[in-house]
Amino acid sequence: MIALLLRDLRLAFRAGGGFGLGLGFFLVLAVLVPLGVGSDPRTLALIAPGILWIGALLACLLSLDRMFALDHEDGSLDLLATAPIPLEGVVAVKALAHWLTTGLPLVLMAPLLGVLLNLPGAAYGWLIMSLLLGTPALSVIGAFGAALTVGLKRGGLLLSILVLPLYIPTLIYGAEVVIRGAQGLDTTTPLLLLAGITAGSAAILPFAAALALRVNLR
Amino acid sequence: MSNGSLWEYANPVKFMRLSGQVLPWVAGLAAACVVGGLFWGFFLTPDDFRQGSTVKIIFLHVPAALVAINAWVMMLVASLVWLIRRHHVAALAAKAAAPVGAVMTVIGLFTGAVWGQPMWGTWWVWDPRLTAFLILFLFYLGYIALWSAIEDAETAADLTAVLCLVGTVFAVLSRYAAFFWSQGLHQGASLSLQPGTRMDWAYKAPLYVCMAGFTLLFLALLLAGTRTEIRARRSRALMIRERMAA
Amino acid sequence: MPDLGAYTVEVSLAYLGSLGLLGGLTLWVWLRGRRVRADLDLIENRSERNRHG
Repeated sequence: MIALLLRDLRLAFRAGGGFGLGLGFFLVLAVLVPLGVGSDPRTLALIAPGILWIGALLACLLSLDRMFALDHEDGSLDLLATAPIPLEGVVAVKALAHWLTTGLPLVLMAPLLGVLLNLPGAAYGWLIMSLLLGTPALSVIGAFGAALTVGLKRGGLLLSILVLPLYIPTLIYGAEVVIRGAQGLDTTTPLLLLAGITAGSAAILPFAAALALRVNLR
Repeated sequence: MSNGSLWEYANPVKFMRLSGQVLPWVAGLAAACVVGGLFWGFFLTPDDFRQGSTVKIIFLHVPAALVAINAWVMMLVASLVWLIRRHHVAALAAKAAAPVGAVMTVIGLFTGAVWGQPMWGTWWVWDPRLTAFLILFLFYLGYIALWSAIEDAETAADLTAVLCLVGTVFAVLSRYAAFFWSQGLHQGASLSLQPGTRMDWAYKAPLYVCMAGFTLLFLALLLAGTRTEIRARRSRALMIRERMAA
Repeated sequence: MPDLGAYTVEVSLAYLGSLGLLGGLTLWVWLRGRRVRADLDLIENRSERNRHG
């Protein structure tokens, strides 16, 4: 399992592996938003939590379709399906690799973009905390969507229609944590709910994703 | 399964025979209830002292919302039946229900917007109920998109069923999240129209007729759609057999 | 036509729009059903002929 994780990480970091693409997208989005809504610091401060969370969401989405697609094309997914480790474990490891190469860098970069968007000082800690707790859910939910669409020729667009609605609860609680943090309000409830979503997704969705993969490999 | 259990109707041939007999009656009753109920609601109900004539929109709004939610519940049950017992009729029924549910969701949203315009002064407000309903529509879209994207019938049935199960969990989570979210920003709920609370029988009676009518209409469209899907699948099977023979 | 007062436009819009959607949906289901049924009849006849001829 660790070997699989290392292999996935190596593939992602290699040229053309897509690492950095999500980060670049995140940065471009943070630059485009002020250009679109104006440079008024108060407006930006107001919408910064939401923009950062939506940016993280979309950046995550960007690299989802290659989670299983490459392995599916070269046949290594069939090997993984018959390997001694359960397919659920494979899915979990793949989601973890996706999080390490997409989610974690987003978490680290978000505060910098927060500066660009004039995020209030009190919110930075909550931004990092909420992204740390929330982005794993994005990767696991994304793994489920990628498993559903793995056999399809043009699965990318379909994937976004399937996955983005599933991201709604994570987005709501995640952004709420940052908004409340920025206003100096109590963030315990949305933070706990966010953690609940992540824990629940990580516990259940690998099974659904493995089921979908088995159907697709049939 | 044998001796007359419910599962027998999951057999396509039996289903076709029975649904062929039942469909005209359900369709006729649905037409009668929908036309009758809406006629009653539109022409024969008094104006509300506060809402004026916009109260008549309730006869469209509430039944459509009722069917929109129950269509999804029916899809969930059918998906479970397909996954557990592999009855093809169940999978096809879930497929046939989705467009009906989606249109009902649109009707619910549309009539709500038209009612909201004079009552709240805006076509759309991010009230948790409205938001949850809009999210339900997104889930319908995703479900329909997945069905139409996959060529192999059995694979499509399996994957959409899994999506339906996971989607249900997340749709429910989204609903609670929407209520939480809206509460966090403003005091919403006071705007919501609450049907059933101290409503006069002059409104309640036609509303019940409309609710029955919309439910029957859903059943009729569901039966007709499922029959179509069964026929389409048989066509495909025959075509494949022809090609193999040639 | 009942007197809808100040909300004539809204109420008629709601009824016309919804009935249009319901009618469109029913028509779509019906037409698709007819087309698929015709296709199936065609194919069944053809395969029947092939088997005997």
